[in-house]
Amino acid sequence: MEEYNDAELGNKFLTFSIGKEIYGMDIGCIKEIMEYSSVTRVPRTPLHVRGVLNLRGNVVPIIDLSARFYGYASAVTRYSCIVVVELDVAQERMTMGVMIDALKEVVDVQEEDIENTPGFGAKIRNDFIAGIGKVHGEFVIMLNLERVLDIEELAAFESHTAAAAGNVRG
Amino acid sequence: MSMDKMKQSFMAEAREILEDMEHLLLEVEKNPDDVEAVNALFRAVHTIKGSSGMFGVRHVEEFTHVLENMLDRVRKGDLRINEEMMAIMLPSHDHMRLLLDLHERGEDDPLDREAAGTGALLVQKMKLYGQEAGTAAVKAEEPVAAAPEQAAPRADEVKNENWHISLRFNDRVFVNGLDPFPFINYLRGMGEIVDCTVVTDALPPAAQFDPEKCYLGFEIEFRSSMTKETIESAFEFVKDDGVIRIIPPHSSIELYKQLIQDLPETPANIGEMLVQSGTITQTELLKVLEKQKENLAREGVEAKPLLGQMLVEEKIAPREVVEAALEKQRQIRTIEEKNRRTMRIDGEKLDQLINFVGELVSAGENVKQLAAQRTDAELIESASRMSRLIEQIRESSMNLRMVQIGESFRKFERIVRDYCRETGKEAELVITGAETEVDKTLIEKIGDPLMHIVRNALDHGIGTPDARRAKGKSARGTISLNAFHETGSIVIEVTDDGSGLDREKVLRKATDLGLVQAGQQMSDAEILQIIFRPGFSTAEQVTNISGRGVGMDVVKRNIESLRGVVDVESAPGRGTTVRIQLPLTIAIIDGFMVTVGDLNYVIPLDMVVECIEVSREELGGKEGGSFINLRGSVLPYLSMREFLGEEGDLPARGNIIVVEYGRVSAGLVVDKLLGEFQTVIKPMGKVFGKLNWISGATILGTGDVAFILDVPRLIMHVKSSAEPEAARV
Repeated sequence: MEEYNDAELGNKFLTFSIGKEIYGMDIGCIKEIMEYSSVTRVPRTPLHVRGVLNLRGNVVPIIDLSARFYGYASAVTRYSCIVVVELDVAQERMTMGVMIDALKEVVDVQEEDIENTPGFGAKIRNDFIAGIGKVHGEFVIMLNLERVLDIEELAAFESHTAAAAGNVRG
Repeated sequence: MSMDKMKQSFMAEAREILEDMEHLLLEVEKNPDDVEAVNALFRAVHTIKGSSGMFGVRHVEEFTHVLENMLDRVRKGDLRINEEMMAIMLPSHDHMRLLLDLHERGEDDPLDREAAGTGALLVQKMKLYGQEAGTAAVKAEEPVAAAPEQAAPRADEVKNENWHISLRFNDRVFVNGLDPFPFINYLRGMGEIVDCTVVTDALPPAAQFDPEKCYLGFEIEFRSSMTKETIESAFEFVKDDGVIRIIPPHSSIELYKQLIQDLPETPANIGEMLVQSGTITQTELLKVLEKQKENLAREGVEAKPLLGQMLVEEKIAPREVVEAALEKQRQIRTIEEKNRRTMRIDGEKLDQLINFVGELVSAGENVKQLAAQRTDAELIESASRMSRLIEQIRESSMNLRMVQIGESFRKFERIVRDYCRETGKEAELVITGAETEVDKTLIEKIGDPLMHIVRNALDHGIGTPDARRAKGKSARGTISLNAFHETGSIVIEVTDDGSGLDREKVLRKATDLGLVQAGQQMSDAEILQIIFRPGFSTAEQVTNISGRGVGMDVVKRNIESLRGVVDVESAPGRGTTVRIQLPLTIAIIDGFMVTVGDLNYVIPLDMVVECIEVSREELGGKEGGSFINLRGSVLPYLSMREFLGEEGDLPARGNIIVVEYGRVSAGLVVDKLLGEFQTVIKPMGKVFGKLNWISGATILGTGDVAFILDVPRLIMHVKSSAEPEAARV
């Protein structure tokens, strides 16, 4: 997100809910938003990996933010959505979908209205929070997507095939 | 094409030529009297010199020039390749490569001290061999101050007493307000224009003719006693608007040769060209042409007498000038022929094509499925015709990526040679199956692992000549590189005829390193596998070839990342074979689709041996790693339902798919067989990087996603979970 200049930084945010909380993300990295459907689950993966989606011929992983934040999978309702985001990780563009419970709106939040992360009270990990914004008098947690979708963490699950590492068991 | 792109392709080509050159050098070393190889070597060096000059890679041009002189003498039979010369030429080749690399990185101006030092030393050595005459072309740049009459005639001079002036103006010369004619006219004040040939080759078709452009070139024979500087001064005002070449009377043949090579026009006719360059006159040419016609009439059309040869026979043109002209023609002809046969394509364009073909395959499958649902016979018919065509397109586009593996083997010749020189061992490299085709991307990626294996074979496999003789073997060891296709994969074997892996030494070392517990019972195969463990090395002495302890484990990892397997076989006293097996392609495969639970999976068809329908009772109700009796042999199998954690009712009947990879088979129990499916492999993204039972995903005609099973890994999994049980049985 470094590529956006200061005038644009922290202006437009998409707000949405996961569980009872309201979150926001910078719209700069959002590619598209779609209804939740036809996600193929992938066996032997942890809860936060909801599955994969055929996005016009590309296979895109879908991350369940509820599982990532609170440890339980989100239930599919008619408000469930997938937000497709693009992130640049180590000079490589990565496309991922995040599953959210319901969309709210796109809002303007001025930079001065975003406060630094308080060290207490948040239900999610501190490093996931970029700041707290005030929208219509309510607090909205602005997500630090680079941390939320940190690839090292998301991919850190054992796959259980014992011989997979290629070592002969002695 | 932009200059940048041209330079890129120059670099790529120069590197290829350098590779050829290395190969040729080694050929010549083995067989110094191989005239073909010597000529090819000379041509390679000559081409690099020429093109690097064109692209302003000064260091390469200057350095190569000296090497070319040396080789020229070899070619003429003045010198015979010996060991000492090889010791100069091989490093020279390396130096050229270094200079090119430095130039590409923009670090050659100025040249760093080390490279300059190496270069100077090599040049010094080469000059002892290279004769100075060849440098005449370079000296020609200097003005000839002395009157032509005073120059003592030399053997390689042409008889021509006139100056030769070759003019090529830029097409913008008129726009710049200059007219070539007054300049030529001006020459008349300094001497006599004996002949002036107008070169019209650059004239475009009338429709494209731009009257504001100058398309003409001039070849002028000029008799004068003026100095070169004076004649040059005539063109003072146009010297930036064109190329002006002035050759003094009685010049070295080299200059004319150079001129012929440098002229931009295609030598449609050597005779014409020689007339243009003033070496022979129009009247002389006409005589030759007449004679050629007579010959044609006499010998029939197919026996085409070579004009060049006739010119030499008639003693009209000096041999070397004709040779240069012929050389240029031949070069152009081979380039044209090559262009017809092969094409250089940007790898990116190819990737794009393959992507589209992948999409087309998916779309085609979709149409086929829809047609099948409609039960419209005509629609089904045309859909299946289309499918067949798509299949053909897929095959030929995948073939575009396939290259023969032999070229990547060639670099090992040098490795083996240098290693033997360094260590006093004797070994020969035998290559078989060089024509085996494999995906180019794979070739690039197995280069390093192969290098390591070959070095290991040299270091650990082949003993010193004395040690070998003591064991009753020939002093000269053999390393063979063998490639062949096997069940949809390519196999590369590196074999040495050395002493084989010393099991006890391996075991002892492994125990010392703490990789294995003392007293642990291990099978022969398990001991051999130790060499693939990280941190393992048996070399008692660390050499700069191998034995640094980073080795076979890295090799194994690299091969596995390409979905391949690596294995070692070793017979004590007889040698070791390292076997690499890799899938042939990496983008589209023929798959076999199955279901487990509600999900679809694809198994690469190449690895499917057979399918057997079984009832749950036959599997003994025993899920997980177990065995069935397959026609008398024991087959370990894996229940995919259990492996994938599928719950729900078990279907009454299941299917065992027998898969094989790297000579190991196993059974996978699945629910339903859906049949063959053309599978476009889609990457799943880094999130699934550690998911090693899946090698990718694919999109079905319905838009659903199916997962491609990583069969080699699953087989390993079946084996490792089955073995403890086997031990118990």
